[in-house]
Amino acid sequence: MATKELGREQWGTRAGFVMAAIGSAVGLGNIWRFPYIAYDNGGGAFLVPYLVALFTAGIPLLIFEYAIGHRYRGAAPRAFLPMARPAQAIGWWQVAMCFVIGTYYAVIIAWAVRYTGFSIGQQWGDNPEQFLMSDFLQVADAPGMVSSYVAGVAWPLIGVWVVTLGIVALGVRRGLEKANQIFIPLLVVLFLILVVRALFLPGAEIGLNALFTPDWSAITNGQVWIAAYGQIFFSLSVGFGIMITYASYLHRRADLSGSALVAGFANSSFEILAGIGVFASVGFMAAKSGVAVDQVVTDGIGLAFIAFPQIISTLPGGATLFGLLFFGSLVLAGLTSLISIVQVVVSAVQDRTGMRRGPSVAIVGGAIALASILLFPTSEGLYILDAVDHFINQYGIALAGLVTVITVGWLLRKLGMLKDHVNASSAVPLGQWWTITLSVITPIILGWMTWDSLRTELSTNYEDYPTSFLLIAGWGVVIGVIVIAVLISLIPWRRSVPDSEHFHLNTVEQEAGSR
Amino acid sequence: MSAGAIIMMIVAISLVWGGLAAAIIQLRRHPDRPE
Repeated sequence: MATKELGREQWGTRAGFVMAAIGSAVGLGNIWRFPYIAYDNGGGAFLVPYLVALFTAGIPLLIFEYAIGHRYRGAAPRAFLPMARPAQAIGWWQVAMCFVIGTYYAVIIAWAVRYTGFSIGQQWGDNPEQFLMSDFLQVADAPGMVSSYVAGVAWPLIGVWVVTLGIVALGVRRGLEKANQIFIPLLVVLFLILVVRALFLPGAEIGLNALFTPDWSAITNGQVWIAAYGQIFFSLSVGFGIMITYASYLHRRADLSGSALVAGFANSSFEILAGIGVFASVGFMAAKSGVAVDQVVTDGIGLAFIAFPQIISTLPGGATLFGLLFFGSLVLAGLTSLISIVQVVVSAVQDRTGMRRGPSVAIVGGAIALASILLFPTSEGLYILDAVDHFINQYGIALAGLVTVITVGWLLRKLGMLKDHVNASSAVPLGQWWTITLSVITPIILGWMTWDSLRTELSTNYEDYPTSFLLIAGWGVVIGVIVIAVLISLIPWRRSVPDSEHFHLNTVEQEAGSR
Repeated sequence: MSAGAIIMMIVAISLVWGGLAAAIIQLRRHPDRPE
């Protein structure tokens, strides 16, 4: 009833929302970033800063974003607007970042789609690195702006966009919820089969030994703590408005803190599983080539599209199946995150203009897809992707996270109200610790992270790319999203946001108590 | 695998996967109140 009156879409079930939140959090970073970060930062000892980061930043931030989205029932800009008019700029900042991230995130999924196909008969041949760079991506010799088009990336990319926009166009319940309810269990099953197969490979124990042997001296190293907080922060998809948007489709009595605990632990559970699968495979490769694990292991694109094809080609049997499982998992993990990223932008524009879902997906989603298809399936695409990703993570998401907690916690002093809001409907009550983690620990860590990477940035060019290129693809993009966000926030809202549309749980609680 | 690695693997799995199981049980025990 309330749904009809208020006109906002809602999740069909609580499990559907939790599954979608997990789908958004579990992405490519869980598979290709966590294993290496853990290995490189103390191995088994990394668990300590990692769990501390999960409890003092990850889960509190998840609850924080759920609370904002649920309380104000809007995508990021509309959720920040009632707190203070200028604060909506933070929301638009997050939306603009999602626009940018969506353009290149889809490209990596498109590569994974092609590599799922290449797995049949291991079409990357004897030299996967050369295959990736020269044959498949046709990477230019030097970074720059677009010069030539790569059709082999373009057509799967168009396919990824058709599927993604199709899911988003079907809506929250029939699109996002259904897709996640199918894709996430499927991802877990596929990845479990892969892990079990990897564990039975000769040399798997060498890899697991490298991943889990604790180096306790790492715990006293500040950089290891930054790495742990960074991993938790980037992996949970907090800081760019996704969780605010998803929580805005919850019903009035939804349990926020309980759902955040499930989503947070599920994300970390998948990371541990990925660590086991990746390092068992890497151990096999190291044993087979007679080299140490550190000679084989890497992260990111190098791990997924160079090291894994090598491992797959070396397997004693079932290479094609292993490849299908690995790249299929990348596609699923990526797709469930991409739809959440696009939903942030579509939902914000719907809130702002009152447009219906269909036209909004066509215009906004179409614009993201168009930018993606024009820029990235090119010889320079890999360089642009690498630079934009690095800068938008360090000086977009992390910085926006810092500005958000300082604005909401320190300037607008809304944490107490948000805490009461969560406690009014959730089984796990928030105490003073929640306020402290968000107003003290998170700002310190995010500030430290930003300062730390800024120091490196100003001393050496990222990846030794030319300054002129970084000024456009790096600094230009991060400053551009802020400028666009501020400009959009200056345009007055034609549609007013009636306060009656917000959830006032505290008031409702009091009324219920007095009855 | 070394003893240290085995212990840390078991600790990691039990804490994180155990935490997930506990969180799911906790959430299921508290169904959302109808509106």
